[in-house]
Amino acid sequence: MTQRDRLWYWLRIVAALAFLVAMIAIVDVASHGSFLEPSNIVRVLRQITYNCVLGIGQTFVIITSGIDLSVGSLVALTGVVAALFANSVHLTGFPLIAATLIVAVAVGCAAGWVNALPVVKLNLPPFITTLAMLEMALGASFILSHGRPVALQSSDFENTGIGSFMGGVTNALHLPSIPVPVIWMLVVIVAASVLLNRTRFGRYVFAIGGNEEAARLAGINVARVKTTVYMISGGCAAIVGFLYMALFSSGSPQTGTGDELLESIAAVVVGGTSLMGGRGSVIGTFFGALLIGVLYNAMNLLNVDSYLQKVLLGAVILLAVVLDELRKRYLAK
Amino acid sequence: MLAPLLEMRGIGKSFPGVRALSDVSLTLAAGEVLVLVGENGAGKSTLMRILAGALHADSGQISIDGAPVEIDSPLRAQHLGIGMIYQEFTLVPQLTAVANVTLGAEPTRGGLIDSRAAVQRAMRVFDELGLRVPLDVPVAKLSVGQQQLVEIAKVLARSARIIVMDEPTAALADREIEGLFAIVAILRRAGVGIIYISHRMEELSRIADRIAVMRDGSIVETRPAKDFSGEDIIRAMVGRKLDSHFPKLPPAANDAAVRLQVEGLSRTPAFQDVAFRVRAGEIVGLAGLIGAGRTEILRAIAGADVPDRGEVRIDDRRLRPGDIAGAIAAGVAFITEDRKAQGLVLGMSVRENVSLAHLADFVDRDLLIDVTRERSAATRMIADLQIRTPSTEQLVRNLSGGTQQKVVLAKWLLGNAGVFLFDEPTRGIDIGAKTEIYKLMLELLARGAAIVVASSDLPEVLGMAHRVLVVREGRIAAEFVRDDATPEKVIAVATGAAA
Repeated sequence: MTQRDRLWYWLRIVAALAFLVAMIAIVDVASHGSFLEPSNIVRVLRQITYNCVLGIGQTFVIITSGIDLSVGSLVALTGVVAALFANSVHLTGFPLIAATLIVAVAVGCAAGWVNALPVVKLNLPPFITTLAMLEMALGASFILSHGRPVALQSSDFENTGIGSFMGGVTNALHLPSIPVPVIWMLVVIVAASVLLNRTRFGRYVFAIGGNEEAARLAGINVARVKTTVYMISGGCAAIVGFLYMALFSSGSPQTGTGDELLESIAAVVVGGTSLMGGRGSVIGTFFGALLIGVLYNAMNLLNVDSYLQKVLLGAVILLAVVLDELRKRYLAK
Repeated sequence: MLAPLLEMRGIGKSFPGVRALSDVSLTLAAGEVLVLVGENGAGKSTLMRILAGALHADSGQISIDGAPVEIDSPLRAQHLGIGMIYQEFTLVPQLTAVANVTLGAEPTRGGLIDSRAAVQRAMRVFDELGLRVPLDVPVAKLSVGQQQLVEIAKVLARSARIIVMDEPTAALADREIEGLFAIVAILRRAGVGIIYISHRMEELSRIADRIAVMRDGSIVETRPAKDFSGEDIIRAMVGRKLDSHFPKLPPAANDAAVRLQVEGLSRTPAFQDVAFRVRAGEIVGLAGLIGAGRTEILRAIAGADVPDRGEVRIDDRRLRPGDIAGAIAAGVAFITEDRKAQGLVLGMSVRENVSLAHLADFVDRDLLIDVTRERSAATRMIADLQIRTPSTEQLVRNLSGGTQQKVVLAKWLLGNAGVFLFDEPTRGIDIGAKTEIYKLMLELLARGAAIVVASSDLPEVLGMAHRVLVVREGRIAAEFVRDDATPEKVIAVATGAAA
């Protein structure tokens, strides 16, 4: 890093922290202290879990300068398939949970593989292939569920969906209980960070997004890496589908088909991942999702009209990417 | 005396570190064809881009019909009646010939495009030229020759009186070339002045009224075509002694092991039946004009393209066609001509670029990259190649051209490659970095490497190769050993003036 890069790096962090502290202070005062209550903080983390995990899968795809529009539908499809599977096998307890998760992830990865096939073989734009998958997966989930939520017959998923992690410990320490899905999110964050930052695969993801031809001429199997990122995205969608199924005790063809897709992409972009590829991070996506979650939470606490909330969210996303672009132009000079 | 149609006087232009044009003067009369010849990099394109308003001259004066003009933009050039026909067409492939010819100057009625008037306008131009080109299909469906005619029509529709054609026959079939010459004759009779850039000796005498030879940014000689023999033209083009900044090349051993063997390699239409060998400790140069197929040959050897036929052997082991990773594993290093587009990931650090092709060597048993080891390898390379970077973590985007090229080299040196394919290894880098790269080649030779250097820079090929292969139109047209390879001979073969 040059002197100027370093300066900017710290300036950004200081500016972001100052902004955050100011926002928190204002919201906390305006909400009479309920914003900073531990239980509220845990609530925010719990709410962002789903978008954050979707966004992390999306981060891999976007760093290769692709896009995955199918993740919302894949949440629905994998949730329905997981529920149907869980109802049809004679397993209980941990084996049931594990087998159901594996089935869901397998379906998600398979869909990701199908997404990638025309992209790597025919060089078709992923915008189109994943848009097609969005429709197909959605249709398939309605067919499989006959248009109705598939209720889980077993109650073994309760802890996964709404349970607390080490509740005894947190209770004894008078801390708010930590929801199990938040633990899932943390595990995904750590695993994805290691994969992206410390392995060959992760390095190749950046190289392909930065300069695909240079990556190819360096002997990298570009098709395989690209296929894998779409499978990761599908797999993350499957984890979300599985968690939603556990949360609602049913697999519904309508979960995941609302704001999830766009808000997960927003989390990625706000988190500093470039839609042009070659740049981004898992932790950035977490903070992007956190920012959006905190914003919603704060607006709720302040009784902001829910329609106005959407307008403000959009404005914040725009502001984030505009600032990022201005920063890049400054650095390019 | 009547003022000439076009006069350029004392034109000078410098780029950072390079003097591209110095004191260039030329005149062009109405109805005249002036052919401009010169080696790659002699300054022809720069001169023409100044005329077209795409570049600004540092000094000099341009006059049209004796009146000084200021050409500060491509639009201004167009208004002055200057039309450019580039090698790369500027047509919109999805639009019809009519739409292309009238593009940007569409006749309108009540704010809508008046298609009947547009067709009439296009037809008028085509009729003048006696052309028959389908007007109502997308130009992408036309042949290359027809597309070029549309390109000419487009220029004429804007009332061009001065037309620059940059190697117009490069992409054409023989029959289409005849058609083009007929058009040139019509234009000339109509009083249009034409500046015609070409490399093909056989064309010159057929269409040129006068021939101007450029070399090193100057026009060195201008003569009527009938007084200018092919030999004289080549002599004027070369006309310099070899630069002396090349290090002394050690002799190659004739009995050394063959490290690279290419047999019957073809990839139509880029190149056909290419065969050669390179021994350990030897540099083979690939000379030839731009577009002759040098780059494509190297790409096929490196596995970046799949050849139609033929085989490549490295240390007597056959490579799988189109298998880049396999070629790298066998010891092939391909240093591409465009380092920004093909050689580097600009947004990555020096360390990450250096290790990119051999990342597997830095992965531990736990499947994670050992960054400490990776950094020390990058540090070693920075020291070995004297890469001027503040640290291993510097983004390569922020490095100079010569330094970037060294990063590319470091990437390949890391893997102990044995066969190096250099494509334009010193294009756009300063003389100091050039010399360092040449020295590095010698070190590679000393380590037993075999090297192929493809370059448009003729002195470079002649100065740095034990043998020179001249590529012409996708074939190896001649081979010269070092002492036998003179610039005159190589250019004669490359341009087709000699077999």
